[in-house]
Amino acid sequence: MTQKTQKKGFSLEKLTQNTVFLSVISLILSLLVAGLVMMIAGYSPIEGYSAMFTGAFGSVDNIAQTLGTATPLIFAGLAMAFAARGGMFNIGIEGQIIAGAMPAALVGAYCSGLPWFIHVPLCFVAGMIGGGLWAMLAGFLKNKLRVSEVILTIMLNYVMQYLAEYLANYQFKAEGMLVRTETILPSAELPTLIPYSRLTTGIFVALAFAVFVWWFLSRTTPGYQMRAIAQNPYAAEAGGINIARMNLLTMFLSGALAGMGGAVEVMGVHHYFIVNMTSGYGFDGVAIAVMGNNTPLGTVISALIFGALRAGSTSMNRMTSIPGEFIQVLQALVIIFVSTPGIVRALLRRRSFKKNDQKKGA
Amino acid sequence: MGDVLSIATSLIAGSIRVSIPIAFAALGGTLSERSGIINMGLEGTMLMGAFFGVVGSYYSQNVWIGLLVAMLAGALVGLLHGVLTIKFKCEHVLAGVGINVLASGLTVVLLQMIFNAKGKSCEVPSFSMITIPGINQIPVLKDIIGQVSPMLILLVISIVGVWFLLYRTVFGLRARVIGENPEAAGSMGINVYRTQYICVILCGILAAMGGAYMSIGDIHLFSRDMVAGRGFIAMAVVIFGGWHPVGAYLGSLLFGLAQSMQYRLQSGSIPPQLVQMLPYVMTLVVLVFARGSKHRAPAAEGRHYYAKGEQ
Repeated sequence: MTQKTQKKGFSLEKLTQNTVFLSVISLILSLLVAGLVMMIAGYSPIEGYSAMFTGAFGSVDNIAQTLGTATPLIFAGLAMAFAARGGMFNIGIEGQIIAGAMPAALVGAYCSGLPWFIHVPLCFVAGMIGGGLWAMLAGFLKNKLRVSEVILTIMLNYVMQYLAEYLANYQFKAEGMLVRTETILPSAELPTLIPYSRLTTGIFVALAFAVFVWWFLSRTTPGYQMRAIAQNPYAAEAGGINIARMNLLTMFLSGALAGMGGAVEVMGVHHYFIVNMTSGYGFDGVAIAVMGNNTPLGTVISALIFGALRAGSTSMNRMTSIPGEFIQVLQALVIIFVSTPGIVRALLRRRSFKKNDQKKGA
Repeated sequence: MGDVLSIATSLIAGSIRVSIPIAFAALGGTLSERSGIINMGLEGTMLMGAFFGVVGSYYSQNVWIGLLVAMLAGALVGLLHGVLTIKFKCEHVLAGVGINVLASGLTVVLLQMIFNAKGKSCEVPSFSMITIPGINQIPVLKDIIGQVSPMLILLVISIVGVWFLLYRTVFGLRARVIGENPEAAGSMGINVYRTQYICVILCGILAAMGGAYMSIGDIHLFSRDMVAGRGFIAMAVVIFGGWHPVGAYLGSLLFGLAQSMQYRLQSGSIPPQLVQMLPYVMTLVVLVFARGSKHRAPAAEGRHYYAKGEQ
């Protein structure tokens, strides 16, 4: 083997250690495999993907739709990423979004006579406390029972879903056919940036929270302690970090991020709490955080990509005969490929070996 | 008095019926977790089983072939889970989440393709109840298990089978050692990977049988996302069943009781949403009480094992 090929093999090896590179390759791979599935299912992947692309970026309205759809996803992704950085699997984001959306909707509807600059933050706080406490309950039970937070958060998801349905059906039901709460007051609304779209000032709030997460994780003592626990809980404990207390904090803040997502969705898009408003955001959050490698910047970028995919799949569903559920297949592939870097590495390595063999043969 | 008895028997009969799919999945989860692999994908595997059971039954017009197709699909999903977690060292929970999302999307896409429907398939040949001779003569017992689904019998066979496999065979002993300490098992010359693969594939088959019961054993059709969290409940049942096959069945029965109570209460004056919440709240409550038990999770659960020379 010559020096040159060795060097090349080395750099490729190094490239496969790069998480951004791996995420990009995984996304491309997922699009290819999902296209293949589309083809096998008898649809045209080109037609499908071009409909998706038009739906996501075709016009200003489409782009607004993409950004608006991405807004709650940024929060969901941040919530998952934040918990993961503290060594916790928060699979309960869906429930925590609801736990934030409901109180935000109630504060928005019933606290009258407030100017917007008090009312809006008040709704945010209500959402954060709702989502945060619900997540913290899982952290508390984990500490007490030594049961994986995965099971606990999933069970709490279902409990919250039915609890919110109950509240929207009985205690706080608004007049009319829909199962929803009263419309929030104008002083609690987040202004729309482009008329009739989902894009509101909520996206700036989401970006601000991404910066906050970055700051918290990299510049504060609790952020450092969180990361230490994720790296090595025994060493962290020996170093004097109170793991049980940090778990509670991690879960509270993670849930607060999810709750903010619910609050922003209520205050910007729906203007009331409605049953099933959060369908699938929770597991989207898992995919987004994984693809963003649990960093705030990566999470924001992958949330935008997922926003585009979601907005695109809606129009694909409308414009072609391809079912919009393809997005879920695509999303699953993203989760699988990104969280299993071994697959991408194995694929690339095989290719580089082939090249080397060819060179040797020549 | 007779009234109370009839309510009790119908409640017990209901519990047994409702617990079947969860018990299959929990049994699979127990086997997989004992060998150190956490299977978060039980939910998706059940969904695939439910779907492919209907597909097999639809094309062959034979429910048994439907069940076989479901088991085959389950084996493949189990294999996928194994390849991801064992070969490529994917985080177990993430591999499971991936499988769940995949199953939820793929079944709807295929539903559209095969049955040209968005919500549910057409009705297909399904299992009918069979009468057990002897028991259908005994007064109270005949109301409970006088007439059962053939899949209940398969479930009982599976419970005994998994128990026998885990506690009465060399293979089971090895699997349990791997779940506690794979490095020690590997150094003793046990083929860790092969044992784990067999366990996850069997887990896939069992979970798919649970899913198949829901479609071709119960309502005769597939409807989207029909598993509705039972796979996750099965994961909790594995925990409060103490990672033991019989415990897993008892846990499932408890859960079945909560659910059949839910059906009974739904006709009452309590808001249905609160009643629907019952099984999940009960899972949490049972986990609180199961805390004091002597059982604990396999020590190496969720960890990756690297064979010699691999990194």
